[in-house]
Parts: sequence; C-alpha cells; structure tokens
Amino acid sequence: MTPPQQTSGQPLLPPTPAQTVGPFYGYALPFPGGPEAVPPGRPDAITVHGVVYDGSGAPIPDALLEFWQADPDGTRSGAPGSLRRDPVTGGFLGRHPHVFTGFTRVATDADGGYAVHTLAPPSSAPYLAVAVFARGLLHHLYTRAYLPVDGAADDALLGRLAPERRATLLAVPGPDRTYRFDVRLQGENETVFLEHA
Amino acid sequence: MGDPTQELISKEIAEARDGYAAARAGGAPEGHHPDRGYLPYRSSALRHPHNPLERVADPDAVELSGPVFGVTDVTDWDADLTAQHVGEPLGERITVTGQVLDRAGRPVRGQLVEIWQANASGRYAHQRDRHPAPLDPNFTGAGRCLTDDEGRYTFTTVKPGAYPWRNHVNAWRPAHIHFSLFGAAFTQRLVTQMYFPGDPLFAYDPILQSVTDDAARQRLVAAYDHDLSVPEFSLGYRWDIVLDGPTATWIEEGRA
Repeated sequence: MTPPQQTSGQPLLPPTPAQTVGPFYGYALPFPGGPEAVPPGRPDAITVHGVVYDGSGAPIPDALLEFWQADPDGTRSGAPGSLRRDPVTGGFLGRHPHVFTGFTRVATDADGGYAVHTLAPPSSAPYLAVAVFARGLLHHLYTRAYLPVDGAADDALLGRLAPERRATLLAVPGPDRTYRFDVRLQGENETVFLEHA
Repeated sequence: MGDPTQELISKEIAEARDGYAAARAGGAPEGHHPDRGYLPYRSSALRHPHNPLERVADPDAVELSGPVFGVTDVTDWDADLTAQHVGEPLGERITVTGQVLDRAGRPVRGQLVEIWQANASGRYAHQRDRHPAPLDPNFTGAGRCLTDDEGRYTFTTVKPGAYPWRNHVNAWRPAHIHFSLFGAAFTQRLVTQMYFPGDPLFAYDPILQSVTDDAARQRLVAAYDHDLSVPEFSLGYRWDIVLDGPTATWIEEGRA
C-alpha cells in the first residue's frame, strides 16, 4: 500500500497515532442523555442493545460504543446538540426533542451490556456506524449494525461477506421495536470490523 | 506463573520494535497506529480481532460524514480544568494548545475535543483507581472545547502525575493527558494520549511503545513552548494533532 496522495501531489501529513481509551474515561466521555438520540418513549423510537464480549466470551464492562447514522430522511448532515447545555448553570439540558443529531454514545455496564434509543436508519443507508473503544484496545474499531429495513438485502458490504461473517453485522429484531447487536472482539463469531479507504 | 517483570516486558518491546524495523526494511508500509495485538500490553490479548479488517471503499458510506457539535454543546468553563471547583487544584498549572488538521493539512474547525487526566498526584477521580495517592477535591480532570476557525484547541489544567498500573510488576505510566477528537467524518475519529517531553518512563511503557515507528511515537509527545507560558501563571505546551481517515469531501476532490 503506498501512502495516499493529495490531488496536488503533495504528500499527506503523517497522522497522530491512536492510543487506548484506558479504563478511566467514565467521568469524562459519557454524558447525560448520551444513549438517547430520541426519547425512549417516542412511538417511532427503536432500541439497539447488546453485549460486548472479549475473546474468552467474557463480557467487557469497560467498553465505550459510539453510533452515527443517517437521518431517517436520508440526510447525513447531523446537527449540534447531542450535549446541549444550560447556558445558566452549564449543566446538561438533554437534546432538543425535535432535533435529531444522529449520534449516540454509551458505556457498557458491569455486565458488558448497552442500549441506545434512536430512529431507524433510511433504506439508502440501513445501518448504524459503530465505533468501539475499550481498555486493552489500542486503536478503536469500526463496525456496522444493520437494521432489517428495506434496502438492507441489497447492501454491497453484506453481499460480499460469507453468511456466517455477514450474520455478525445483522441486528436481530426482538419485541417492542428492539434490536439485538452483540459485539465480539475476538474468537468464535468474531464481529466483522471495517477499514475505511 | 507470576506477573511478568519489567525485564520481560522490555524484552518484548525491543522484539516488537526489531520486528517492525525488519518489516520496514523488507518494504512494509509505515505503521502509524499501534498493532491492536501488541503483546507487551497484556490487556490487548483477548481484546483484538484475529480476522483482518474488511476494507470499505464506498463513496456513499455513512462513515464519510460524521456527528457535528456546536456552541450549545460546550461552555467556556469546560476548557479550564482548574476552575471547576470552589478552590484551586494542587499541581503545576499548564496551558495545552495546538492545531487539529486533517492529513491534507486543512484545519478541523468547530469540532469537539475532549480530555481527561489524573490529578497532579497521579490519581484519577474514578472509583476503580486504587492507587493510594491523594484525590484532590478541587480537581476532576475532565474538559471539553470546540476547535476554532484555525482548528485550534486550548485547555488550562495541571500537569498530571505518573501512576502505577498492573500490566506487570512495577509498571508505571508516564504522565499523559487522554484526548478524544472528532473530525469532518466518523472515519477520522481519534482517541489518543498526549505525553510530556523528556519523561524517563517512556522506554518502560508498553502503551506508548505500542507505536513501534519512532517518528510516529514522537508525534505523541508535546513540545514545551516558552512563548505559550503565561507569566506568573502557567507553563505552556504545544501539541498539534493530525486526524487520519478519508472524508466525503476528500473523495469528491479526487483522492480516491
């Protein structure tokens, strides 16, 4: 692989290396309402939930997941306000109920579990992009949680994966508009992780 | 089998560096980022994938755009970690500033930078940090800001202390500040750590040494900048950051 070049032919700047998020991000990165792109009670809200596992099958209690997705109408511009603050106290106000920022952040609990509340992505991009951070993970990982919406069957990435690998990217529908998406960092049924070029 | 010694970890660090040098001599590309399966950092053993990453080169990928943040998401107080409590924290007051660029050299404007760190004694405000160093009631150690129109960030804080951890016997982390950054695309997301120049613990630390390329590892170390020191107030450090990863505009400009 040769280093990428700018169109002008100038070599690109070398990037700053990644380092692990470590075990102590819990008082800094999570924020109130972080897992809720929409209020959980909203009729069209969906819940994506699951467990993050290590290579021995043990749940990981100190992972951090971030989700980014297209708006249900297909736009990808996002919106500020995921961490909307109170200008008087500086505290967290919670997101504006009618602004969809497309971004959620959630730390796993002591059982390795997580849940986020959001809207179903559009058929033009029927997945939630996922970034996985954890103690022990020196450089974060990307994956995708595909929702069974119209269009998912035609997805190019899913189409080229072997069935058992493809299955690791499919969120499994449950009752009450819930979808189960587990992340396995290593070993049996290891999640497919992505490199973007 | 007992806990590994520093001697063993240092031997593994040297072997990984020699292996990288040999690979480079054989024509392998520069490794800018750590190998996720880096053996000397023991916690990585069960937490890295064995399968190669699946390459995605889709110009319509959602990851080529990303979340955005604005003035509603931060307050001015967030960038001063010394002013978040009633009293002043203990420690050496510092100013840390730098410019965030993409690999084409363009400033990353209006994006969220988050930091967290131990206090001056090397203790995190986290219940799972059992290092018997004092907590500081006047220091939490978390901050946020948005980059300005030139991609710059600035924080006022105190210099964090080194602290022990349990990777191996007598393991100590060099002083560092954790950074989290967003770019113009989700592909540019970066979580990393900034180190202080001249720290004698560098050679012993498997997390810093996981970056086996000497030039890349040096990019994690801030520079002391006397011009940034504020008279009678704080010492200044400069640390510029370059975000990796493609964006939608990058591809539109014909890079791919």
